Amino acid sequence: MSAAVSIAFHGLAYAMVLYLISVGLSVTMGLMGFVNLAHGVFAAAGGYVMTRLINGYGVPFPLAVAAAFLAVGAGSIVLERALYRRLYGADELSQVLMSVGLIFMSVASAKFLWGPLAQPMSPPGYLSGQLDLGFRTFPTYRSFLILAGAMLVTLLWLGLERTRFGARIRAAVDNRRMAQSIGINTSLLFTWTFALGSALAALGGALGAEILAIDPGYALEHLIYFLIVVAVGGLGSIKGPFFAALLLGIADTGFKYLLPEFGAFFIYALTLGLLLWRPRGLFGRA
Amino acid sequence: MSDATAPPAAPLAVELLVRSHRLRLFELAPWLVAVAAYGLFPDYLSLGSQILIGVVFSLSLDLILGYAGIVTLGQAAFFGAGAYTAGLLAAHGWGEPLSGLVAAGIIAAILGFLSGAIILRTQGLTLLMLTLMISFMVQEAANKAGAVTGGADGLQGMEVWPVLGLFRFDLLGRTAYLYCLAVLFLVWLAARRIVHSPFGRSLTGIRENEARMHAIGSPVFRRRLTIYTIAAALAGVAGALLAETTQFVALEVLSFERSGAGLIMLIIGGVGRLYGPFIGVPLYMVAQDRFAQADPVYWDFWIGLLLILVVVFARGGLLGFVEQLWRKLRKTP
Amino acid sequence: MTRQTRRWRRSAGAAVAAALAMAAASAAAQTVKCGVILTYSGPQASLGEQVDKGIELYVAEHAKDLPQGVRLTLIKRDDTFNADVGKRLAQELIARDRVNVLAGVIGTPAANAIAPLATEARIPFVVMNAAGVTTTRLSPYVARVSFTHWQLSLPLGRWAAEHLGKRAMTAVSDFAPGYDGEGGFSKGFTEMGGEIVGSIRMPVMTLDFAPFFERVKAARPDVLYVFIPAGQQATAVMKAYADVGLKSAGVKLVGPQDIVTDEELANMGDAPEGVVTAGNYSPAAERPQNIAFLAAWRRAYGDAAVANFMSVAGWDGMAAIYDVIRRTGGRFDGDQAMAILRGWKDPDSPRGPIMIDPETRDIVQNVYIRRTERLGGHLANVEFKTIEQVRDPWKELNPLK
Repeated sequence: MSAAVSIAFHGLAYAMVLYLISVGLSVTMGLMGFVNLAHGVFAAAGGYVMTRLINGYGVPFPLAVAAAFLAVGAGSIVLERALYRRLYGADELSQVLMSVGLIFMSVASAKFLWGPLAQPMSPPGYLSGQLDLGFRTFPTYRSFLILAGAMLVTLLWLGLERTRFGARIRAAVDNRRMAQSIGINTSLLFTWTFALGSALAALGGALGAEILAIDPGYALEHLIYFLIVVAVGGLGSIKGPFFAALLLGIADTGFKYLLPEFGAFFIYALTLGLLLWRPRGLFGRA
Repeated sequence: MSDATAPPAAPLAVELLVRSHRLRLFELAPWLVAVAAYGLFPDYLSLGSQILIGVVFSLSLDLILGYAGIVTLGQAAFFGAGAYTAGLLAAHGWGEPLSGLVAAGIIAAILGFLSGAIILRTQGLTLLMLTLMISFMVQEAANKAGAVTGGADGLQGMEVWPVLGLFRFDLLGRTAYLYCLAVLFLVWLAARRIVHSPFGRSLTGIRENEARMHAIGSPVFRRRLTIYTIAAALAGVAGALLAETTQFVALEVLSFERSGAGLIMLIIGGVGRLYGPFIGVPLYMVAQDRFAQADPVYWDFWIGLLLILVVVFARGGLLGFVEQLWRKLRKTP
Repeated sequence: MTRQTRRWRRSAGAAVAAALAMAAASAAAQTVKCGVILTYSGPQASLGEQVDKGIELYVAEHAKDLPQGVRLTLIKRDDTFNADVGKRLAQELIARDRVNVLAGVIGTPAANAIAPLATEARIPFVVMNAAGVTTTRLSPYVARVSFTHWQLSLPLGRWAAEHLGKRAMTAVSDFAPGYDGEGGFSKGFTEMGGEIVGSIRMPVMTLDFAPFFERVKAARPDVLYVFIPAGQQATAVMKAYADVGLKSAGVKLVGPQDIVTDEELANMGDAPEGVVTAGNYSPAAERPQNIAFLAAWRRAYGDAAVANFMSVAGWDGMAAIYDVIRRTGGRFDGDQAMAILRGWKDPDSPRGPIMIDPETRDIVQNVYIRRTERLGGHLANVEFKTIEQVRDPWKELNPLK
């Protein structure tokens, strides 16, 4: 029983981080049809911005996280205009290679600028330690992560359901030609969506730095999990990756807890099975 | 076959090769260079063997990527399967190298066939993910079966017998180099034959317009599975070459890094032109030997930049660039 | 011919004569070539850097200790932590550069791959980090100056059972070194009457240890032994140890020196305080040889640079090679070198007296039980118990037939 609670708790925290980082990838892949393996770079960038501000300049935690969100979002616009734009219609191989090239460059740059070790990250005092709920204790920061994650996810879903911007995104994902013909400026939409997706990834990377340490190889180390979440969730879907992240987070944690020696193998086998059963992902439409 | 049916933007080299099966003069060039290298660089023969093995591996990738259009990041699974097959044979008393190659090719082909049968019905990102999953699963399995494969420590105790009973694998790497060169030659002949055959041309058709191929009743899935299996066998042979010439197998033979490097070297040379690997692999590996030693961080950075530049400006790789130049030169009076 | 031209010709002639004389002199000089294979790129780059710094420092400090007319050239290569790259580099160093001695190697797979080459080329191979138990048995030309996992973990197990409690759990990375650590610790712990109540194997690439530690928390042992690969995971282990509340639940964390690796200690917050580890070197040691070593280290690399057990292994390895050079005048073959290395002693190593066992060619050294404490605002590993001159226990328990 206690095992189940631990697994659910840690799995949920992990899932939140995975989802925040991966949702942007799902939308850009569904919207722009672009295989962006370098998406993890934005998450790492968010982590670096936050940790450097906190460690180097003593910026308080909430401010540093917000700064990560904005800075990386802005930076991604530059990247989108300069680079990604050129390969929107290109074949899959070119996109894969371009994003791999970006990963290499970012790994080397991060190592050069900030060294090969992981960035030290300590949550602020009010988020450290354990939360005593009587029947058992929970790590405070991870509890915060779950709550903050749930809030952000709700905001995101509401935003996409209720706002015009969200409606435009959903329209363009569903049928780009149609969306263009009713006057939606898809080019601008792509840029803003890309920025939002990257900013969210940065947020996920920053908030999740406590669990997934920020080191130069971040984008490569976690790439496969981001891809699994998106592929299993379904490209272009907002809700799909959430359930995929839940599934992956809890399965991964569960295996670590119960069967650590075979965990990785089963995760891959599970993904293989899911993708064969539903090649478009659980909620895929693109 | 007239020019009217050839696709307008077909790579020049392929046009030439397809139009006539006869060997063109420039096709002798890589072999002359390889033989000359044996004489000119006697101290660099182990690097030379690595390059030759890399060419075999990238050739196998070119067949499925360049000709059949299947994007895979998991080719190392077959490379590693071949390496471990040859390695295990040599570690358990059967060190005959040529039969080791054949066994490796067969095991890798079986793995390719089984995995291809499962995953080749999908496309795009899904297919890419599945190739990755297969590759990771094989790597995990090899790690778990440490008692058999040696796990992270690597496979110990390999004893490879002399080639044809005569040529011992010496410390200077001479036998290894010539052995790899001979095998590469045979692999190249096979690849060339496949590419020129009607089967090979149907692959190009599948790559260019799959819907139309379905419409004319071409057995698309079967063709893709066949080339996938053949490519797996060739990758397995490359792996066996590595195992036999270094008398060692470590888990890295199954790694994502190996799949990725093979892909990058192919892209730099040019995909779908059969000769891309002959250019891309030596360039990459010699540059890596020179520069990565000096400063590995810079190496990663510049390779990443090069990759982006190639993709954005020179999608056909070096061979594509040369072709464009050749075309321009022919047009000017 | 003008007077100017004659003068020019005379000075040119003199210059040529001088150059020829120098060339003849240096031709008579002996150059010893040492091939250093370390990991300089990838996640393990920091490990290679530490060993490299130790090597360079020794060479810089002992330039005058080389015999008259003998020069030492270091040829460095990056194996990128790949065993087959390492093997190829070793072959090139032997065939192309004709090195007289091989040194270094971070990972056991690479060291194991290179060993047979040392036999074939008949040159000594001084292993400066790789800690796999069988490495020294793979070739009679291998001598190791670093450590083995049993050497550290078995005494730790014994001490833990005597002082921390009788129930322990082990959580180790799922690969050969992890099994070594687990085996050594369990043997020592049970020898002293303790009981291993659970053993967890964690995937090698684990970045978040919380799920595993939750399982430990459920079992509430007195002691938790953790083994992870040297490098980046130590900080994550400490984080999970504190976050999951193991520390406050009274579970004592122990492990080999890697879990409190000195260069990461500053980033670990308060969690490591009180953690007990077994190691062969701590920068906090007060013996005079270490003080001198650290002074030289800071002069060369700055005050912020941290020396750790890998730096000292690089230093000691070069000390052994220098001794071989001195005693042979720079001219030696593999057998002569091994004759010197077998039984080689250094009472003045920064880590304390060391010896290379004449039979196993493995390192014999003091093992220190240390506690991580705050000294003057910084965390340091303070040695409080010394177990003298420990031989590799695994080899003693598994003798060659």
